[in-house]
Amino acid sequence: MPSVCLYFQAHQPYRLRRYRIFDLGRSHAYFAEGEGGDDTNSRVIEKVVRSCYEPVATLLLKALETHPGFKLSLSISGTLIEQLRAHAPTTLDSFRRLVRTGRVELLAETYYHSLAFVYSRPEFRRQVRAHHAVIRRTFGVEPRAFRNTELIYNNDVAREARALGYAAVLAEGVPSALGGRTPDRVFASPGPRGARVITRNARLSDDIAFRFSRTDWEEHPLSAEKFAGWITALRGQADVVNLFMDMETFGEHQPAETGIFDFLSALPGEILKEAGNEFLTPSEAARRHRPVATLDLPTYSSWADEERDLSAWMGNPLQEEALRKLYALEGPVLKSKDADLTRDWRRLQTSDHLYYMSTKFLNDGEVHRHFTPYPSPYDAFINFMNVVSDLQARAGVAAEGAAAVEAPAPSRAGRKPRRVITRPRSTARRKA
Amino acid sequence: MAITVLMFGWEFPPFHVGGLGVACYGLTRALSAAGVNVLFALPDRLDLRLPFLTFLFADPSPPPSTVGGEHRTALDPYATVGWWEAPRRDYVASARHYAGFAHTLAAAAHFDVIHAHDWLCFEAGLEAKRVSGKPLVVHVHATEYDRSGGRGANPHVFAIEKAGMEGADVVVTVSRFTKANIVRHYEIPPEKVRVIHNGVDLTFMGTPARDVLRLRESGQPIVLFAGRITLQKGPEYFVRAARRVLEVNSSVRFVVAGTGDMEHQMISEAARLGIADRVLFTGFLSGKDLATVYRSADLFVMPSVSEPFGISALDALAYGTPVLISRQSGVSEVLRHVLKVDFWDLDDIADKILAVLRYPVLHRLLRSQGQAESRRHTWKASAEKCMDLYLALQRG
Repeated sequence: MPSVCLYFQAHQPYRLRRYRIFDLGRSHAYFAEGEGGDDTNSRVIEKVVRSCYEPVATLLLKALETHPGFKLSLSISGTLIEQLRAHAPTTLDSFRRLVRTGRVELLAETYYHSLAFVYSRPEFRRQVRAHHAVIRRTFGVEPRAFRNTELIYNNDVAREARALGYAAVLAEGVPSALGGRTPDRVFASPGPRGARVITRNARLSDDIAFRFSRTDWEEHPLSAEKFAGWITALRGQADVVNLFMDMETFGEHQPAETGIFDFLSALPGEILKEAGNEFLTPSEAARRHRPVATLDLPTYSSWADEERDLSAWMGNPLQEEALRKLYALEGPVLKSKDADLTRDWRRLQTSDHLYYMSTKFLNDGEVHRHFTPYPSPYDAFINFMNVVSDLQARAGVAAEGAAAVEAPAPSRAGRKPRRVITRPRSTARRKA
Repeated sequence: MAITVLMFGWEFPPFHVGGLGVACYGLTRALSAAGVNVLFALPDRLDLRLPFLTFLFADPSPPPSTVGGEHRTALDPYATVGWWEAPRRDYVASARHYAGFAHTLAAAAHFDVIHAHDWLCFEAGLEAKRVSGKPLVVHVHATEYDRSGGRGANPHVFAIEKAGMEGADVVVTVSRFTKANIVRHYEIPPEKVRVIHNGVDLTFMGTPARDVLRLRESGQPIVLFAGRITLQKGPEYFVRAARRVLEVNSSVRFVVAGTGDMEHQMISEAARLGIADRVLFTGFLSGKDLATVYRSADLFVMPSVSEPFGISALDALAYGTPVLISRQSGVSEVLRHVLKVDFWDLDDIADKILAVLRYPVLHRLLRSQGQAESRRHTWKASAEKCMDLYLALQRG
């Protein structure tokens, strides 16, 4: 009898404001937190709360009350928790109500939704611990299963997660990695005390996340009844069907008028209607089902793009350079013991900043275009690197391109007194 | 059977003052390579001999001498605001004179389609159509609306443009941008207008420049403006952005290659801003010299205010020079691996110039990707679209 494991990822980055080379040394307010009239971050939070987080939370709570057998799992990034606390505290309460039912498992991840695992293992561990702590503090629960940013996974991710105390890890069910096996089983990572690995059923997950509203899709329109039928039909071949997707699928990527909310409301009932079906959270699924095989994945996979690898964030020289320069600052930034500097450096690690620099969409990938606030990946790179340059100066590192750049000439602009903003407004707001 | 096109132009390289001549050269060369016979009519008698074209001159006098490779006709049709005041009224008369020649020509020559470039040739095209009954394509490279930057269009020219577009069987524009202008300002039905983007002629850059610019040798970063120094090209935004850049990085040198009615104004502006020693005006350059300048530049900047196409951006890319263009140019419709700005946003222009000089990886990627992208936009592709059009018209 197939178990269904439903997991929604909720995340928002701190988007950067337009930061020009002229701002270097004059302003350290990098994020769109009201500086220069740009309050993109609070506006995005308020918009997504209205279109997605609130309606989804309401709907899920109702489903949990109606169906005692319904369960699911959420992962909420640290950067989203901070921004909800600042701009939509009642939504955080809505999420707390879900967790209090005891049937919503919260996952562990990196606080900053970062690529730290690939670039710095110590920084990765610090961010996982920070996220664990904010989840405990905010929701009063201890995460037991781990998912890395964008489902980035290999054997080492499982080993690290295990060492940090997580028994189960979520991964993408990349067909080549599964070697022809179905993703609907529980696997073990290599080693004597391997972690349990549960893998995303990409086809069924993307039927909802990407294909739901596509009128040229042969299954359109997709009803909850039809979808539940597909799950039931897997009886005998599947132990656990893992449906992993962004929470923003509901109301953002698939707008309300597509009928996505009706679909989600009806889904738990339709699945539970069949006596053999049940819902499990990732930790439960990992305990319930014996691993059928060891999953040996030395190379990285993820849930992004067609490639399902790291190319969405590290696929071109701009991205590689930006990441190299950013992580080269780890030592100097941490040594400074400067809390503002450290926080800014970490916010820049959020994977979205790198995603905006992807040049894939210049040729095809429509998905990228949809999720970027920049007119072009070149603009994204320039803005990011200008910020990194300022960060370098704050950390006492020779600034990027400094050799070619002299101190501002004694021209009109050069005589301006330097205005140093040490504390972006958002911090004050959060403390209030 | 091969198609014969009677084409009316106004200028032709090396005797040209603007992009129209270069565009005609590239298009006719590619059409000829595709098997189309082109009869190319010009108002002035010029010393032109090309294997792929038959030239027909309205002017019966012997060829004039040329000075320094640049021939300036008595007429300078691509000047800017105010040009149509007293002495310029001659253009309208010249265009009419050209139409008289077209009358004689159309009665004598054999051809299948008529193709007229820009307003000075529109009356000639209409006259040829009237005499021969053959279909007429009018090709719009620039409109009076663009030339005046939207300010004070000359009503005579506007009327000739509108009559030409209305009398033609098809109107070709060099960009969707221009098409939109025509539909809006000239009230031409959109279904009558075809967009055929310009291309780049790779054989133009066959000779590698031996002499590298002195500045380049000294290792100073070079930012280039190349083109006519007129209102439409936005030279003043280039000079003002230069000042912003120099506030941060005083080692940059700015090169302005070209000539035009705002040349002296720009030299004065650079002096007024206190950056005269950082901005170099080369005057008119062509051929090898222009190639050298393109290749020496770290970045080509085209801050056009209203640019129907902007072929020099493709040239720069083909030379391996990264490009920064304004969104107010037609060429920005087809290029992705370039930096784009709004021409009025000086901070953005300066920020991007500085970024290209500051982040080598950005320069490298713009260079390699941009060059590859430019090679996909050839005159061959433009000529093929023209041919399809001729065939459709011939079939009626």
